[in-house]
Amino acid sequence: MADRKPIIQMKDIQKHFGSVIALAGVSVDVFPGECHCLLGDNGAGKSTFIKTMSGVHKPTSGEIHFEGQPMNFADPRDAMTAGIATVHQHLAMIPLMSVSRNFFMGNEPIKKLGPIKLFDHEYANRVTMEEMKKMGINLRGPDQAVGTLSGGERQTVAISRAVHFGAKVLILDEPTSALGVRQTSNVLATIDKVRKQGVGVVFITHNVRHAMAVGDRYTVLNRGQTLGTAVRGEITPEELQDMMAGGQELASLEGSLGGTV
Amino acid sequence: MSDTAQSTDKDERIKEISKFRQALIRPELGGICGTIIVFVLFGIFAGNSGMFNAQGILNWSTVSAQFMIIAVGACLLMIAGEFDLSVGSMIGFAGMMTAIFGVTLGWPMWIAILITFAICMVIGAINGIIVIRTGLPSFIVTLAFLFILRGFTIFIPQQLQNRTIIGGISEAAEGDWLAPVFGGKIFGWFFNMLGDAGIIAVFERGTRAGEPVVNGLPMLIVWAIILVIAGHFLLTKTQFGNWIFASGGDAEAARNSGVPVNRVKITMFVTTAFCATIFAMCQVFEFGSAAADRGLLKEFEAIIAVVIGGALLTGGYGSVLGAALGALIFGVVQQGLFFAGVESSLFRVFLGVILLLAVILNTYIRRMITGER
Repeated sequence: MADRKPIIQMKDIQKHFGSVIALAGVSVDVFPGECHCLLGDNGAGKSTFIKTMSGVHKPTSGEIHFEGQPMNFADPRDAMTAGIATVHQHLAMIPLMSVSRNFFMGNEPIKKLGPIKLFDHEYANRVTMEEMKKMGINLRGPDQAVGTLSGGERQTVAISRAVHFGAKVLILDEPTSALGVRQTSNVLATIDKVRKQGVGVVFITHNVRHAMAVGDRYTVLNRGQTLGTAVRGEITPEELQDMMAGGQELASLEGSLGGTV
Repeated sequence: MSDTAQSTDKDERIKEISKFRQALIRPELGGICGTIIVFVLFGIFAGNSGMFNAQGILNWSTVSAQFMIIAVGACLLMIAGEFDLSVGSMIGFAGMMTAIFGVTLGWPMWIAILITFAICMVIGAINGIIVIRTGLPSFIVTLAFLFILRGFTIFIPQQLQNRTIIGGISEAAEGDWLAPVFGGKIFGWFFNMLGDAGIIAVFERGTRAGEPVVNGLPMLIVWAIILVIAGHFLLTKTQFGNWIFASGGDAEAARNSGVPVNRVKITMFVTTAFCATIFAMCQVFEFGSAAADRGLLKEFEAIIAVVIGGALLTGGYGSVLGAALGALIFGVVQQGLFFAGVESSLFRVFLGVILLLAVILNTYIRRMITGER
């Protein structure tokens, strides 16, 4: 991986909200085709960090390099155009609308009829079916409502949509936190497929097991600071868990719970 | 085990859904059922009352067309996730404005009409902008405009003319090029032909002897048909239509995907005002007068037609064709009770009952679509 250049580099990012220091110098880089897991407990600054990456927040200090160029995103649209897509746990799909209408929401394929912009249903339906098949989701038809899909399938639709529309960096904000075992493994499999297409994936989670399943590298955030980045195979789940908890106090707790945390 | 895992084309967890059941899951279902029931019922109970001869058909289709015009606007707006309770007041206001410009001030009628459209659509936009900027429910904002507009509709003619009904509009519109677009009739030759062929009745006596009892298609009905087709096309076939569904389905998700939600919602408020103004123009040029009480309760009738037509009150789902059927049911029942000789106050009872049934049916259909329990 050393010969490749990172697609996005965040150097020493600080973000202050008034007197609150949300991020106190965080550095993370993401290579194309890797899954970089960002771990941290609630309040560690994960959300602030990815919002900085996706252009929602401007960093108070620090540098963002995208494809080697210094970047300054004015708003999320800028970041999206550059190829940074965020898939939120909620707020991604509209249940009452069909899969194909959802897939192309905001990026509708256009067929011109004079000045009128028609929605090219034929194209949309065909592409939706192809993309869903690639991801292993069997649709009854492209007009099936998203509401009939499971939570994991919805995440998968959202992910494949982002990739279809040219995402180079895919930020997944806790995609597995509300899912069951089977659905989680579907989403993890989707992440694996996307990574193999050369997309850089930033996978936010606080579940160490989910991170271990697909991650290439792991960065742990704690109280607004990075506790270092580890490469797959160099760190054990227990060590990650301890770093997230920010100390040893969990170790004794974990012992009394029989290692179930 | 390994066999089932390898069959990628079929998912054993997805139950096959019959074509019949699939046909059921559509927003227009309630409207289609209701229309059939209504026509069968009145066919039985009012079949011989003249309800289904030329005059009778014109009678209830005119009333239905009125409902359709405002239902199209209300439907698109509701799918975009908002309400407009000021439609009825807007109808009264628009008619009064045209009368004041064209009769009281004596301006050419076409100018009066165009200015009225401009004013009303700006008010529609203001409705929308207030809703978007403040984040208040559209229910409250447009309720305020219900009273504001009705108040002005009474106040302005009283100040200027000391009365609340302004007549003489037909005379003032004589020879105007734009007024017949709302108050005129078309296809007169076709109805003459039908009359000559004996398909529809002709007048036997009087100055109009030999002319068919129905001598043309009122522009009101033409407008209703145009708006329904245009609305349906916009919603189902265009990019903007997808934005309407998305804005009403989940505004936040739509924004995240780059849909200009604010623009869509404001445009729909303007469209609703446009439809209300069309209604008002047709009414004013048909009656030849404007009155301050025109359009009372129309906002609710529009919303009821839309809900009967299968739209969800919460937005994001519905159909313009369904709303048109809802309006048709509405018009047929209102006039049909009269033809059937039923006490007309029962119309309100019917209205309440059918509204309740429609909402229950819609909730059930939505559960089938989204697979919720």
